[in-house]
Amino acid sequence: MSDDQMVTIEVDGRELKAKAGTLLIEVTDAAGISVPRFCYHKKLSVAANCRMCLVEIAKVPKPMPACATPVNQGMQVFTRSPAALAAQKGTMEFLLINHPLDCPICDQGGECELQDIALGYGNDASRFVEGKRVVPKRDIGPLIATDFTRCIHCTRCVRFGAEIAGIRELGATGRGEHVEIGTYIEKSVDSEMSGNIIDICPVGSLTSKPFLYSARAWELVQRKSIAPHDSVGSNINLHVRRNQVMRVHPRDNEEVNECWISDRDRFSYEGLSSVDRLTHPLIRKGDKWIEADWQDALDAAAQGLKKARGTSGNRLGALVSPGSTLEELYLAQKLMRGLGSENIDFRIRQGDFRGEEPAFPWLGQTIAQLDELNAALLVGSNIRKEQPILAHRLRKAALEGADISFITPLELDTNYRATQVVNSPAGMISDLAAVARALGGSGGLIDGAEIGDAHRAIAEQLKSAAKATVLLGNLAVAHPDYSLIQGLASVIAGKSGAVLGYLPEAANSVGARLSGAMPGTGGSNAQEMLSNPHKGYLLMGVEPGLDFWNPAKSMETLGQAEFVVALSAFRSESLEQVADVILPIASFAETSGTYVNAQGEWQSFSGAVAPAGESRPAWKVLRVLGNLLDVAGFNQVSSEDVLAEVRQLAGDMKPENSAVNGIENEALLAGTGLTRIGDVPIYAADPLVRRAAALQKTRDAIKASARLNPNQAKIAGLADGDQAVVKQDKSSAVLQVVIDPAVPDGCVRVPAGLAGTETLGGQIGNVTLEKA
Amino acid sequence: MANEVCFRNMDQDRPWLLEQYRSRGGYEVLTGILKEKRSPESIINEVKASGLRGRGGAGFPTGLKWSFISRNTPGQKYVVCNSDEGEPGTFKDRDVLRYNPHQLIEGMVIAGYAIGATCGYNYIRGEFWEPYERFEAALEEARAAGFLGKDLFGSGFDFELHSHLGAGAYICGEETALLESIEGKKGQPRYKPPFPAHFGLYGKPTIINNTESLASIPVILEKGGEWFKALGVENSGGSKLFSISGNIKNPGVFEIPLGTPFSELLEMAGGMKDGSRIKAVIPGGSSAPVIPGEQMMELTMDYDAIAKAGSMLGSGAVIVLDESNCMVKVLERMSYFYYEESCGQCTPCREGTGWLYRVINRIETGRGRPEDLALLDDMTTKIAGRTICALGDAAAMPVQGMLRHFREEFEYHIAHKRCLVG
Repeated sequence: MSDDQMVTIEVDGRELKAKAGTLLIEVTDAAGISVPRFCYHKKLSVAANCRMCLVEIAKVPKPMPACATPVNQGMQVFTRSPAALAAQKGTMEFLLINHPLDCPICDQGGECELQDIALGYGNDASRFVEGKRVVPKRDIGPLIATDFTRCIHCTRCVRFGAEIAGIRELGATGRGEHVEIGTYIEKSVDSEMSGNIIDICPVGSLTSKPFLYSARAWELVQRKSIAPHDSVGSNINLHVRRNQVMRVHPRDNEEVNECWISDRDRFSYEGLSSVDRLTHPLIRKGDKWIEADWQDALDAAAQGLKKARGTSGNRLGALVSPGSTLEELYLAQKLMRGLGSENIDFRIRQGDFRGEEPAFPWLGQTIAQLDELNAALLVGSNIRKEQPILAHRLRKAALEGADISFITPLELDTNYRATQVVNSPAGMISDLAAVARALGGSGGLIDGAEIGDAHRAIAEQLKSAAKATVLLGNLAVAHPDYSLIQGLASVIAGKSGAVLGYLPEAANSVGARLSGAMPGTGGSNAQEMLSNPHKGYLLMGVEPGLDFWNPAKSMETLGQAEFVVALSAFRSESLEQVADVILPIASFAETSGTYVNAQGEWQSFSGAVAPAGESRPAWKVLRVLGNLLDVAGFNQVSSEDVLAEVRQLAGDMKPENSAVNGIENEALLAGTGLTRIGDVPIYAADPLVRRAAALQKTRDAIKASARLNPNQAKIAGLADGDQAVVKQDKSSAVLQVVIDPAVPDGCVRVPAGLAGTETLGGQIGNVTLEKA
Repeated sequence: MANEVCFRNMDQDRPWLLEQYRSRGGYEVLTGILKEKRSPESIINEVKASGLRGRGGAGFPTGLKWSFISRNTPGQKYVVCNSDEGEPGTFKDRDVLRYNPHQLIEGMVIAGYAIGATCGYNYIRGEFWEPYERFEAALEEARAAGFLGKDLFGSGFDFELHSHLGAGAYICGEETALLESIEGKKGQPRYKPPFPAHFGLYGKPTIINNTESLASIPVILEKGGEWFKALGVENSGGSKLFSISGNIKNPGVFEIPLGTPFSELLEMAGGMKDGSRIKAVIPGGSSAPVIPGEQMMELTMDYDAIAKAGSMLGSGAVIVLDESNCMVKVLERMSYFYYEESCGQCTPCREGTGWLYRVINRIETGRGRPEDLALLDDMTTKIAGRTICALGDAAAMPVQGMLRHFREEFEYHIAHKRCLVG
């Protein structure tokens, strides 16, 4: 910033320097001068409608709104002069005349901007003696409670929808004092970011429905944490009362989640206290599960593993959730290696292990750099539902003119202008090859690729953009030819000069690699472990029927094991079918730990509440198991000790996405017949969110179903609502048919991770479909 | 001296027809400009010289407004005509649309030429169905005759003009709300700055002028700015349309030179009805503060004289009240209007207009309290000057005017729970 752009202004006698044209309220905020406001929000456009921030400016006859007044040289501002205060107090009186002042029964009470500011600028009695305005109750869905009688019409929620969420779900209808916020046509608010309007609403018009009437703000203790569902690692605050997480709020971090969080991160806490919470160790006795004490359960686990291991550690395998902490993952692999096994993996949803992979794959750029992209190609990613915060970043770039394109097996509902090449999973490979060829790539599949206009356009956009990226999403990873996708994406990135990036699926997908939770030399990867039976398994944080790429095969394989010990925070039907001992572990809110997010940032957090019932942090459980199994190096007394070990080993590793060569691999997925697209819906991603009651009532929480486009349904002789048998490999499931135009020809979308799909095979693969 | 500008064709049989308009030299100014390729600067300077002030009510100098737009800025620019004549008491633009639509069209094309805009919109009040149809018919005629369209008269200048019918919201007469409405959004004023000259319709540089202002342009350019200016008085150039209504014999629209004594205007309208005595005049539409009749009879109809008397000339809507009127009732009706028409966007107006109305209503209905007048005084100062647009001022000023000149009627109403008059 050069000096000539800087101006000096005077606020309440204080001299302040600011960039010319900065809004006055930004300058006063930065200087710690408090100017009351309701409609202004740093991330939203200026509305200047509440008139609370009126201040006096020398030589200006009327009071001016600080939120809409740019500063200029020599401006003399008075925020608390008699004229300014008269304007502010006048506005406050008007704001309160129709406000119900029902603070005692309002959830916002105690953390209400109107309440706070009224204390400073309101009167203790009202001159308004007429009846107050009442607005009928409106139901806008399971997440947000409304009471628009309290509304002060600041329109923050309306602007949030238009500007941040990218879907205009709320608007202000009516005129004068009859203005009301609503959906106009009776409907729910369905954005995956909708919960943020709870935070930005300055009054109690929009509050959390799951939290409604359950606690007062002043009863809550705020504890810092990191969101556990995607690789953003959104910074959050857990609000705790009497050892229970009552709600989740975002914690500002401009470099990560700004001031927003996704609904998944906000409302998943409900799962922490679900009836499924496992509160005692369980030992299988025949067909029955017996609650045991820790001593017995740990002994049983140690004995079971020891017996299964016999003389060779390679008889054991471990499958661990990438949502586990760095410490947990590290100790799990250390335990396995201590027992002589190199069989450990976290890549439980990966469809193809033929490729070589970088040691520390990451987003390829910082999260904030996504804002500045000029072009991006997303491969197999419904980023909005996979990583809502990253999608918001990308949307910002798109609004600034970036060319965003998708090669996707499902037509996506993007909230900005984007090019979509929708093709079957096998067709995606051809599309990628075509883009690679258009960029001058060669070799393998590329040579025979047919280039269409769309491919050429994508190639051109990536090549001509100053900042471009190619990002691989969840459906790319789940693809049976993922190694080819990686190889082709590497070529595309290399030839176009774009940055190759991964959209790691879970909170600690990146950390899992750093922790060493990967098969070592000669070790089996997840796919091998789950198709070739091993004698003994250690499972951590997973539900085999829902979290594995091929649940049917996984259940079959695990069922053949001699001994399975599972560390789980929840009771789980599919887990109980295969496990012999289940050890209850703490959730993310109940343990200290570390997640490494998509930009390779290590974010540690502390436990906010004590673990539920008898459950214990998994790192402690693993540590004791290590002792019981006489494995060396299990003497850590805190999670920080564990973390220190990981840092020693991996602390210096720098994230890198080296190009990988997979283009010579044979495409395994047949392009003929019907292909299943088994995406994991947003609220089915992990055991915790699957148990979050309110999220499970949203429109995004779809049920297990077979989704076809009208043309494909006609070919299959199926109609909306029919029951159909989906057969995959040797297994099948009966599912309801849903007509969904977003599914391409030759495909059926059968989402994974949902009850009713446990008996099916790989997330992407050939299936047959017939009427039940 | 009357009917020199917008009404100069009122003697014709069917003046809204192109043929009749052309019979008096209509569109010759435009064709002359196009043929001569007259410089836009000289047109703007002529308008400036005329002293024409915005006839919609604010009285902002039209030529100056035009000069805010840099003709050479690349990209689309727009000319917008504000025919959303909604101020209670105002009905002059309706007659321009009905009787002289071609002069307006010609004025808009010239305005487009002057600022480099190729597209115009005429935003017509929703209730004006008949004027809308007549304007549409005139557009058809003008298009067919080549006064609208591409490459007008081989000049290389394109201009297309569309009319846009409103949907009955007073606030859409506020220029930025009008732009929002044309854009298909809810009619709510924008925060200014930026002004429409920089960020107007669809975010492009835009001039918005009142119907009467734009319709005056061809005559100004035909006869010269100085001629126009000389029609009026110092600081109030030209003649102006006045819509006069109330307790008078012949309500109607009259074009008179600015500076004409009010008494003459009243006489033109046939004087007071049934020999009643004049009590008060609202000189510039309902938002203008009331002036007592006696004082009004001494005033001339120009911007400065009315302003000096504590009111404003506004849109030239003169509402004459005789002694049968209860001022509490009059104010109650006007306050109800602003309460009903507030867009609800910003706090003082959204909440204040309803409160004003309720307090005045309770005085009118015999439930007034002694402290109510002080409350009204106070409230108006908290609305006026604190809102995004001028509707807040418009709602506050009539209350202030009434309480200034007729306070005793309000006091009587509160004390006796009935009217002082009648």
